[in-house]
Amino acid sequence: MTQEAGTDVQHMNMIQAINSAMDVMMERDPTVVVMGEDVGFFGGVFRATAGLQQKYGKNRVFDTPITECGIIGVAVGMGAYGLRPVPEIQFADYIYPALDQLVSEAARLRYRSAGEFIAPMTVRSPFGGGIFGGQTHSQSPEGIFTHCSGIKTVIPSTPYDAKGLLIAAIEDNDPTIFFEPKRIYNGPFDGEYDTPATSWAGHKDAQVPTGYYRIPLGQARIARAGEALTILCYGTMVHVVEHTVAMLGLDAEIVDLRSLVPLDIETIEASVKKTGRCLIVHEATRTSGFGAELLAQVQERCFHHLEAPIERVTGFDTPYPHSLEWAYFPGPVRIREAINKIMKD
Amino acid sequence: MTDPHDSARLQGEAGRNLPPLRLHVPEPPARPGESADFTHFDIPAADAAPRPDETAQPATMRDMAYGLVRVLDENGAAVGQWNPNLPPETLLRMLRAMALTRAFDGRMFRAQRQGKTSFYMKSTGEEAVSIGAALALHRDDMCFPSYRQQGILIARDWPIIDMMNQIYSNKGDRLKGRQLPIMYSAREAGFFSISGNLTTQYPQAVGWAMASAARGDTRIAATWCGEGSTAEGDFHSACTFASVYRAPVIMNVVNNQWAISSFSGFAGAEATTFAARAVGYGIAGLRVDGNDVLAVYAATRWAADRARANAGPTLIEHFTYRVEGHSTSDDPTAYRSAEESSLWPLGDPIARLKQHCITLGIWDEDRHAAMDKELAEMVRDAAREAEKNGILGHGLHHPMESMFEDVFEDMPWHLKEQQQQMLDEWKAAGL
Repeated sequence: MTQEAGTDVQHMNMIQAINSAMDVMMERDPTVVVMGEDVGFFGGVFRATAGLQQKYGKNRVFDTPITECGIIGVAVGMGAYGLRPVPEIQFADYIYPALDQLVSEAARLRYRSAGEFIAPMTVRSPFGGGIFGGQTHSQSPEGIFTHCSGIKTVIPSTPYDAKGLLIAAIEDNDPTIFFEPKRIYNGPFDGEYDTPATSWAGHKDAQVPTGYYRIPLGQARIARAGEALTILCYGTMVHVVEHTVAMLGLDAEIVDLRSLVPLDIETIEASVKKTGRCLIVHEATRTSGFGAELLAQVQERCFHHLEAPIERVTGFDTPYPHSLEWAYFPGPVRIREAINKIMKD
Repeated sequence: MTDPHDSARLQGEAGRNLPPLRLHVPEPPARPGESADFTHFDIPAADAAPRPDETAQPATMRDMAYGLVRVLDENGAAVGQWNPNLPPETLLRMLRAMALTRAFDGRMFRAQRQGKTSFYMKSTGEEAVSIGAALALHRDDMCFPSYRQQGILIARDWPIIDMMNQIYSNKGDRLKGRQLPIMYSAREAGFFSISGNLTTQYPQAVGWAMASAARGDTRIAATWCGEGSTAEGDFHSACTFASVYRAPVIMNVVNNQWAISSFSGFAGAEATTFAARAVGYGIAGLRVDGNDVLAVYAATRWAADRARANAGPTLIEHFTYRVEGHSTSDDPTAYRSAEESSLWPLGDPIARLKQHCITLGIWDEDRHAAMDKELAEMVRDAAREAEKNGILGHGLHHPMESMFEDVFEDMPWHLKEQQQQMLDEWKAAGL
């Protein structure tokens, strides 16, 4: 972590931390521009860009037409000009119309022009379920992007990480998908859907420096050190896993990946070789999900250290069902069953 | 469970006394073996189009989207309000750039047929579209071309040997052999990296123009796509953005009548013009004789002046004809009438400018023949030089490990690992 000396620390929820990251970067770098549906005067449907247009003006923070293809295409052109765009896609479920511009253009521009043109954009987008968003406001499409060469995929799990990672992503000269787990915007979520929601108040990772700091992309965080079992997870699932492990009283090591591409394989490998057991948890659908890649990587590197088959707990290969959300969500019940299965051997 | 595709249900309820619906699938006027027919084209007189003020409100100039801006008449005279009155040296520069583009195309097409590269796309008959526009723009205005605007690079005096190196994917190829031939990138020439995916460059050009405006710059952007790919969503996203932010951008639709084997009817040409797309977006639209380089120049200058005056974007339809196949990979005699190109009512852009220059007394047949000979030799010599850097398929012109570079700014571990694995495998195989 690189931090500016002498900056204050404040309590922030994840929205405030993300807002602060953009504020800090717009202050430091006049080429940073923020754009997207409803991000300007209104400050975004989740308020992540609140106040930025008033502070930096409409030439740098502006509302866009409702065309995700256009938003990302325009951001590619702005990047080619020399700006550093931070487009928002209002929900990750709406990112599909922009796929061609992301996958065939932004992700390939440096390669196909041998470095003549780059697309230094950071695409922010709320993702994941747990808010009764139905199938068009709940999806986790990170695996689509990790499958494509030339684009980075970053997912924070705390306000502190959200700010440091977003600053690093904005400073990065490669296109980055920054998926924000919207279920934990306002507070960590342990997966117990029928208990009252908690806020970030009092959480150690909600103490956020007000100034500049960055968390390098590609460095995982050990959310909990342990010896019995390695659990690989990211985003909302970090908190669900922490809660489940605490309930079980298990000495598990929880690795919060933070960035899927680039992936911190060294931390993963060291942890699994130490514990000999591995569980992978994500909310996205199972088949060809990022868990499949993690499983393959662990198998290739740690096979002789494994004492039990690797397990995955993921969303099912169905659309996200509105009223059946809590049967779909990989919550504590399913995680506990998988842990029991791994620890039995 | 009910089958939603049950045939009885698809038939609808029997006994409704309604006429059956019919699907209209467009069909071009002529197919192979049939006579070409262009009688349905309304070609107005060369001096017929009025020239609105550059800052005119789009609503006051809608007719421009349905007419045809022309300058050169049938006798080779430059006439009407759109005549840019260019000095002789500019006219001859245009003529030379178009002739060089055609000579370059001829040579590179043959190189592909000789097996020296995998692919080529000629711009025969469409040279005026690129060259008229390039010469009307400032050298530092940014171009976001499609795949048939090689004339822009040639008009901007980009070295043809650099283009050939790219076509041969050889060791002189600045793009390191990564891109399909003709997908150039030339930042120094204000020429954006060409994508094989259609019309993606449209919103990118609008974004570049928006950035230029937001920064208080003076440079504008221009982009090109074919009439077929105006059907892409990117086209409409770009038009919306351009209209909303009044971006300083020129959006060119090169209507060359054919998208591989699909005629322009599959992009909507039976219903309206492509310039008329501008009307719905409330932006200025011009429809131009794309085989008249003076008309292309004049329309581009009009649009550039409009953009520089902060009066907004312009959509220009260049009405032209694709004389050759889409690329080296298709045979146009298999899907269209062979008569079409010779009967095209707007003639050939080089022949028309040549006639104009002769009419003005600044050019003659002998000089033209000498120029063609000189350009053919120049292209031949450049090709020979380029071939010294290698041709496609004859050895690796770039180290195989270079394929892993430039995916990201810094190579992450997984690419380094794959790179090493590849080298180890080749080594183990004794290669």
